[in-house]
Amino acid sequence: MTSAIAQRPRDAAGNRLITRSLAEQARNVVSMTRRNLVHISREPMQLSDVTIQPVLFTVLFIYIFGGAIPIPGGGSYKGYVLAGLLALNLTTSTMGTAVGLATDLHEGIIDRFRTLPMWRPAVLVGRSFADLLTACLCAVVVAVTGLAVGWRTSASPLPIIGGFALVLFFAYSLSWVAACVGLNSKSPESAASFGFIVLFPLAFVSNAMVPTQHMPGWLQAAADWNPVSAVTAGARHLWGNPNPSASISAWPMQHPIEASLAWSVLILAVAAPLASWFFRRRTTE
Amino acid sequence: MADTMIEADGLFKSYGETRALAGVSFSVPAGSVLGLLGPNGAGKTTAVRILTTLARPDAGQARVAGIDVLARPAAVRGQIGVAAQDATLDGLLTGRQNLVLVGELSGVRTGRARARAAELLELFELAYAADRVVKGYSGGMRRRLDLAASLVTRPPVLFLDEPTTGLDPVSRQGVWEVIRELTGSGVTVLLTTQYLDEADALADHIVVVNHGRVIADGTPLELKERSRSAHVEVTLAEPGPEAAEVIAPLVGGRVSVSADGLRLAAAVDSAPGLATALVRALDRAGMLVDNIEVRQPSLDDVFFALTGAHMPGDGNGSEAKGTSGGSADAAELESEGAQA
Repeated sequence: MTSAIAQRPRDAAGNRLITRSLAEQARNVVSMTRRNLVHISREPMQLSDVTIQPVLFTVLFIYIFGGAIPIPGGGSYKGYVLAGLLALNLTTSTMGTAVGLATDLHEGIIDRFRTLPMWRPAVLVGRSFADLLTACLCAVVVAVTGLAVGWRTSASPLPIIGGFALVLFFAYSLSWVAACVGLNSKSPESAASFGFIVLFPLAFVSNAMVPTQHMPGWLQAAADWNPVSAVTAGARHLWGNPNPSASISAWPMQHPIEASLAWSVLILAVAAPLASWFFRRRTTE
Repeated sequence: MADTMIEADGLFKSYGETRALAGVSFSVPAGSVLGLLGPNGAGKTTAVRILTTLARPDAGQARVAGIDVLARPAAVRGQIGVAAQDATLDGLLTGRQNLVLVGELSGVRTGRARARAAELLELFELAYAADRVVKGYSGGMRRRLDLAASLVTRPPVLFLDEPTTGLDPVSRQGVWEVIRELTGSGVTVLLTTQYLDEADALADHIVVVNHGRVIADGTPLELKERSRSAHVEVTLAEPGPEAAEVIAPLVGGRVSVSADGLRLAAAVDSAPGLATALVRALDRAGMLVDNIEVRQPSLDDVFFALTGAHMPGDGNGSEAKGTSGGSADAAELESEGAQA
């Protein structure tokens, strides 16, 4: 056992010096991200919320509700709803982060990680990266389904990508809120209920699926300030799709891109440190 | 390298109302194996969790490889391998992926981590299942993989929390062999176990814990000597009510008789020629002896003596004798590997 395979810097007493380089941290994050992706490949049904659900919602909204929903200022519901479908699906799919982390904490594996000389935040960051990659898959599914049913954009490539990036960045920041929930859940099941209690209202009380003009006044105010509305309006604006929110005077509806970025940065700045604090608290005994 | 690789000094730890540790101290010299022996709930796992940086004690000090566990837990993690009681593996990864992941997270480059994983899978006879998902592994396979995971970085200090609990005898022997090989190579091991024969077979030194306290420590030999009693058991062909009186003078005191009157058991100080003497005495009294067994005290006897005494600390010698005499039947029935 003399040929130690991990040669690390040691101090005079032979103790390993903990100088974790950025490269080491990045390698830990890559390892954890890969682990979570392997998990998904083992249980592909985990992906149903980013593959089957978007297709179902697209068909449901465009062919069942779409005909009955007039768009203030004109335009087709197909053109209107696609950004909303993207925001809706990405918002609800962050539930996966909560369930995934709650599952990890429930199993013995977390104790293994805690006894390794690893960069511990990699557990959270790796999870968030894996979930961002599945969110990208979701975006592709939404776009392809949309194109198949007749959604079109006249925008040039950069704003098109910008629209997707805007929604994905929001979903990424929201996944850190989901992480906080997962870290405070007693079980994966209770983490899943987070989706129905928080994420569905968040996604639906917005301009994502229907114009807010038809809502009661108080609800419209909530919807116009909902970050999901800002993100959706931002994507519609960038894609040149019908965006009836542009006629609403609330600041986020007048400046949807700035509002989305501000919301995402704010959520990330609060939720990420909070999640690592919850993680430390949950793993201290 | 420090002379003492593991040091626990006055560890206290409570979980809510439950006091898990009530002042546990022990140390493990470099290159030796300490067996932490105790029943379920004695505090063994809590001690291991503190030493492996998973839990913080309410009071007390701990050092591993000369590093203060409380002050520099991250540095300690670079020196230890841990095989926990609940196998800490990723059920959705394959055996190989588990080992590579542990290697990578410990700072080993992927290529070397892969090579080491292959080596360990071979060593633990898991190569045939290396690319199967761990969820489908049997209990024994999971244990072996967990043990392998603790060895990925060749740590100088190893913590094995009940490494053979739930294993079949063959797997158990396999794990023992691996542990023996490791200790032969200079690794310091803290091993917890409920199995007395396991501590006897593997440990250089044994610390017995019960109710969060150390109630005895010493080498396996010292602990056996401490109970000072050999054990004799006679099985008669027919119940003999007066048999106990016949052999009492020869065994120097208390004889316990089984309910059916066929079996007599007693603790004795020493036993040269005792079997012959007992058979002669019983023969003279007109009783037929079917079987007679005299054996040296096992750690079972020591353990029952110590934990049954409810007297922590030292001075349990006299208590021990009384208890082992009184519960000789129970002790005998539960022990294994008895021999003349």
